[in-house]
Amino acid sequence: MRRIISILLENEPGALSRVVGLFSQRGYNIETLNVAPTEDATLSRLTLTTIGDDRTIEQITKQLNKLVDVVKLVDLTEGTHIERDLMLIKVRASGGAARDEVKRTTDIFRGQIVDVGPNVYTIQLVGTGEKLDAFVAAMAEAEILEVVRSGVAGIARGEKVLRL
Amino acid sequence: MEMLSGGEMIARALEDEGVEFIFGYPGGAVLHIYDALFKASKIPHVLVRHEQAATHAADGYTRATGKPGVVLVTSGPGATNAVTGIATAYMDSIPMVVLSGQVASHLIGEDAFQECDMVGISRPIVKHSFMVRKPEDIPGMIKKAFHIATTGRPGPVVIDIPKDATRPDAKFEYVYPEAVKIRSYSPAQRGHTGQIKKAARLLLSAKRPVIYSGGGVVQGEASGLLTQFARDLNYPVTNTLMGLGAYPGTDRQFLGMLGMHGLYEANMAMHHADVILAVGARFDDRVTNTVSKFCPSAKIIHIDIDPTSISKTVQADIPIVGPVQSVLADLAEQVEQMRNKDAELPDQDALDRWWQQIDEWRGKHGLWTGRRYGESDMIMPQQVIESLSRATGGNAYVTSDVGQHQMFAAQYYRFNQPRRWINSGGLGTMGFGLPAAMGAKLAFPDADVACVTGEGSIQMNIQELSTCTQYNLPVKIINLRNNYLGMVKQWQDMQYEGRYAMSTYEDSLPDFVKLMEAYGHVGMQVRRLDELDAKMDEAFAMKDKLVFLDIFIDPMEHVYPMHVAPNGSMKDMWLSKNERT
Repeated sequence: MRRIISILLENEPGALSRVVGLFSQRGYNIETLNVAPTEDATLSRLTLTTIGDDRTIEQITKQLNKLVDVVKLVDLTEGTHIERDLMLIKVRASGGAARDEVKRTTDIFRGQIVDVGPNVYTIQLVGTGEKLDAFVAAMAEAEILEVVRSGVAGIARGEKVLRL
Repeated sequence: MEMLSGGEMIARALEDEGVEFIFGYPGGAVLHIYDALFKASKIPHVLVRHEQAATHAADGYTRATGKPGVVLVTSGPGATNAVTGIATAYMDSIPMVVLSGQVASHLIGEDAFQECDMVGISRPIVKHSFMVRKPEDIPGMIKKAFHIATTGRPGPVVIDIPKDATRPDAKFEYVYPEAVKIRSYSPAQRGHTGQIKKAARLLLSAKRPVIYSGGGVVQGEASGLLTQFARDLNYPVTNTLMGLGAYPGTDRQFLGMLGMHGLYEANMAMHHADVILAVGARFDDRVTNTVSKFCPSAKIIHIDIDPTSISKTVQADIPIVGPVQSVLADLAEQVEQMRNKDAELPDQDALDRWWQQIDEWRGKHGLWTGRRYGESDMIMPQQVIESLSRATGGNAYVTSDVGQHQMFAAQYYRFNQPRRWINSGGLGTMGFGLPAAMGAKLAFPDADVACVTGEGSIQMNIQELSTCTQYNLPVKIINLRNNYLGMVKQWQDMQYEGRYAMSTYEDSLPDFVKLMEAYGHVGMQVRRLDELDAKMDEAFAMKDKLVFLDIFIDPMEHVYPMHVAPNGSMKDMWLSKNERT
């Protein structure tokens, strides 16, 4: 089963490599990984998605918790949550018909065209991984030049927070 | 306020931490530290002949005393040579602080001379690591390193120290912190009361109980409690390779070691148990055999300080996370309360039947003694360990290397006290025994320290004979010589139709007697059984000499019992070359 694990990590050199190293060392998968500083300069927030059965996930969370640099951890998929992935996608858009079609599909997905060239559009789209996948599939007719995704960032719904 | 350089702060902090020995080897990146030690430190430094031996010696010291070992090595090759010893300590949860030199911070990343990314290389084999970025952080970092290494599930911690952080001309205020708090690190202090109650109830309902105790009981200083607890209940106890000595080896309730080369009665009792109390053990693959066939009718209570050890390979029915000492004390109290309310607990008739069954197993096989394969006057390896056990009254610190000799020592030396059996159980590091014996001998100069080894293992760190000369470390080396890599040969006999691929030395072994003389030690050959005891006694009578007993044993002997693998359960064992369960 797919899980979203969100971690508050000491903002120390080498901390990220301990998390990533744990996954390769013990043969776990990382599907997506997203990490950035938080409002507290001493902490980073790291969100990763992984796939495994309940026992593997239990081991992953326990092993992560054991890392000295991991301050706090939550499995967001245990409760209701919001997840977002950001995609920038550059597609060939030459000629009126093609440009119209790309624009229309982008509107349907509530994406934004954030850069325009004589022959390309760069589109920004935010949503769940599934929505981004659907958009990429919908763009099958167009020529996709480049895709970049941020990886999942997530947060629990309601009052529940991950903080010190 | 005292002003000290980075190097001086390291020297002072180690003193303030109560460190008794530093095991190390100097080199460019740590020369400021060595100079500070030379000028001011009262801590004896042991100059090894290879950095791997520094980590093993520190490790042996730790296993014998319970105090964290300290290693100091230079950057690059000094650090990488220490890696095997760090991994050895990591796999067996041994607290250790390794200070490694690093090139000056402005050179890091430039492929400078003797540069390597020690924090990166050691990452998967340390409990935690630090790199010094500001010299003023050194005292706090050292305090944290010792705190992390020694608390919770212990393990090695590396501190990587760029040379410029130790410069003698840059001085900083020195205060060694009294205590340390790390917000992201708080190992469990007590077990969960509800779980402990459940465990007590299950344990008292058992009809065929076994206590399976591991290295955590030795490390967690809970041997006394465990022994008392088992005796009060009259429950049988088996120890893992790492846990030997946690329960007295000569006690009637002791089933011996379990696992791949465990005793018949220990493995049989485990397989047929209805309740297993696992304490400070981790269901290692060398214990369980095929996990899906492990102890089919047993409910499992698992006490461990490390939550990741619980339900990692074998699902626990009642997991209890906490230090074995406090959990065992709480569990004993619960058991007592329940027995006070119900004097019928546990079921004595069932327990009697269980002991009858165990004694029957014991009578059927037990430990083999005598001659197994026809008539020959060759010494059997088991007889050597029995002779050693007799000569030292079962009280020696026995280190071992890895292979057949290690298993014979584990099976045949009766350890009645914890911390006397010192071996690399998890990583299985050949070359561990001699340096580990040095560490134990430094800690207990008046005690008998024996290194049980083979001609393969001893040659992996034989250069330490020179260290033993320099520091006068009269350990006894018991070499079980069969002219093969014995355990490799055993597997080749059993699984490769006797094709001894690269497992013999042919005629290349050195004359160990002459080699000992070259180092100023004593070497003796033992070739006949009738001279074994006398030579053994002679060796231990030479209190001030390192003695190497080169004992020629039957090269065809195998270690039995041996689990049938793959797809075997705990009860599936080879009992000799032609008998199996």
